[in-house]
Amino acid sequence: MEITGAEITVRCLADEGVEYVFGYPGGAVLHLYDELFKQDRVKHILVRHEQAAVHAADGYARVSHRPGVCLVTSGPGVTNAVTGIATAYMDSIPMVVLTGQVPTHAIGQDAFQEVDTVGITRPCVKHNFLVKDVKDLAATIKKAFYIASTGRPGPVLVDIPKDVTTSRCEYVYPESVHLRSYNPVVKGHSGQIKKALSLLMEAKRPMIYAGGGIILGEAAAELTQFVRSLGFPCTNTLMGLGGFPATDPQSLGMLGMHGTYEANMAMQHCDVLLAVGARFDDRVIGNPKHFFQEDRKIIHVDVDPSSISKRVKVDVPIVGDVKDVLAEMSRQLAAGALKPDVAALKAWWTQIELWKARDCLKFDRTSAIIKPQMVVETLYRLTKDSDTYITSDVGQHQMWAAQFYKFDKPRRWINSGGLGTMGVGLPYAMGAQLAHPDANLVCITGEASIQMCIQELSTCKQYRLPIKIVNLNNRYMGMVRQWQEFFHGNRYAESYMDALPDFVKLAESYGHVGMRIEKPADIEPALKEALALKDQLVFMDFVTDQAENVFPMVPGGKGLSEMILV
Amino acid sequence: MKHIIALLLENEAGALSRVAGLFSARGYNIESLTVAPTEDPTLSRMTVVTTGSDEIIEQITKQLNKLVDVVKVVDLSEGDHIERELMLVKVRASGKDREEMKRMAEIFRGRIIDVTDKTYTIELTGTGQKLDAFLEALEEGVVLETVRTGASGIGRGERILRI
Repeated sequence: MEITGAEITVRCLADEGVEYVFGYPGGAVLHLYDELFKQDRVKHILVRHEQAAVHAADGYARVSHRPGVCLVTSGPGVTNAVTGIATAYMDSIPMVVLTGQVPTHAIGQDAFQEVDTVGITRPCVKHNFLVKDVKDLAATIKKAFYIASTGRPGPVLVDIPKDVTTSRCEYVYPESVHLRSYNPVVKGHSGQIKKALSLLMEAKRPMIYAGGGIILGEAAAELTQFVRSLGFPCTNTLMGLGGFPATDPQSLGMLGMHGTYEANMAMQHCDVLLAVGARFDDRVIGNPKHFFQEDRKIIHVDVDPSSISKRVKVDVPIVGDVKDVLAEMSRQLAAGALKPDVAALKAWWTQIELWKARDCLKFDRTSAIIKPQMVVETLYRLTKDSDTYITSDVGQHQMWAAQFYKFDKPRRWINSGGLGTMGVGLPYAMGAQLAHPDANLVCITGEASIQMCIQELSTCKQYRLPIKIVNLNNRYMGMVRQWQEFFHGNRYAESYMDALPDFVKLAESYGHVGMRIEKPADIEPALKEALALKDQLVFMDFVTDQAENVFPMVPGGKGLSEMILV
Repeated sequence: MKHIIALLLENEAGALSRVAGLFSARGYNIESLTVAPTEDPTLSRMTVVTTGSDEIIEQITKQLNKLVDVVKVVDLSEGDHIERELMLVKVRASGKDREEMKRMAEIFRGRIIDVTDKTYTIELTGTGQKLDAFLEALEEGVVLETVRTGASGIGRGERILRI
């Protein structure tokens, strides 16, 4: 039987096992919405702005290891979605974005709500398609899911003109896909793995640096086993937090611009570095010239060959799925006679302990004003033994969350690492809460970031999402203020907001619970009270120290070991 | 250093813009770029002439390989290869210049393919260097118009790029 393109699209989603579509209707997608209305296999979540639809789908993907799906209309629907798509692209998040387009005969005519969607999004998607014939529709959607979720994942966009949604053809959803031009590598080269292992065994000062690829590649268990069997120190990037347990004695915490003193010093001074699922980005290794003042051998494991030798030259490249490569490394290690140099390792740990003793994350615990670090630390203490997911926005609060919340499990820490998109925190929490309805979902944010997608409080009401918002309110765009203090002679150009809303009333007007917390002694009772409100969204507005800065800090252009410390 | 990179890509709308967009987004140089369908109508073959350090060329080939529409990438400069470019030059050819121009075309094995009282249009094939040399050899002011295709390249001998 021939059915319409709209029905085909919705059936494809259902057959792909899609649980939620995040979206916003409009002219070009009306037929698609009509079909969504007629069925109940795929649930639609109506957001208040298309950017949030993409972030919510992204958040859903990050916690669930399944591609997120969103649906927006042509023109402004697409341009609003671009920030969300670019955010997902930078962090390699599997996602399928369905966009409406003007009818094929109107394309190129500057029609109402027409934009060149494929052109606009090309630089920020893994791949995109314009479907011009309904006969190609089902196969294209299948390809989109396949490309999005294999190899190095990423968003894939399918642009569907309105007339394609009304044209008819037989529906067949392909069982599998083969693309002659797309064959991601899975198995790492066993010879290279052998070479890497013997290099690691010769190391006097080994270091393991694990990135977001561990999370995306579901390789946390393999990494943890490998690191523990060797007894080597391990650091995680911002995107890799939870890939190796933060409370493990071998964990040196996060590295990079706001990484710990011990992690950055160990990175700088190690003699063999194993990088897994990480990309040596500028926020992580600082100035590459400075990084290479010390001599070290680098082993780099990544599923994406173009990530290898992009910013730094490596000695042993291994292209492959990190899970597969780490498992193979552990196998070869168990089978071989090679053992780490115990004496050297002991001396290395003695050095690391000295760096740790610098206590780089210390802050004033006696302050009469709320220290933001204290809020995160208390939140961690209260939630560490429960099923909890943390999302954040972008700025100082994001760094404090990353430093003070100890993530022991993967997919528990959701933030925009690559693009650094303010406004993601609340929609991320929405997507994550839908994926894990019974878990605690806490969004750690600031008063500047939260206002970038504040309209989503309305979506949270509609779907009864009991998110807990921890707003670290210092009345400044804190990270901008910090840079202005350090590098622009205390000239706080446009980083102070003069007219903030009363967040308690704002939350209440959306039908949620609002709290304002002003004293350090109230942090714990307030958090406890909020967490106990299982069925309600609680907006906690913490009035925090305006002058607090994030330390350690590697200033832009400086070397990893040239940190500003408290 | 100059490199000639040959690609096979899906003959689909937008494939060319993905390659061109990649070069501009990542700040790579393009000296020339040519593209046309192959004997297999589902595939296009592209030749890109670019310059850069070894590290940059390595990144260029990796990034090209990453594009979903790109089926195969070869850096022809890594081995023996043949490079050819076609140029059409319209030159002033009147009075004493007329005979001289014909002789120059012959020396460079060019062909005069269009003639008027005052002009010749010369077709010339060769490496980019040869075409440059021809233009250098002409007297100043005689060139009225030039058009070049950009280089096409193919491996020598048994070196074959196909799927």
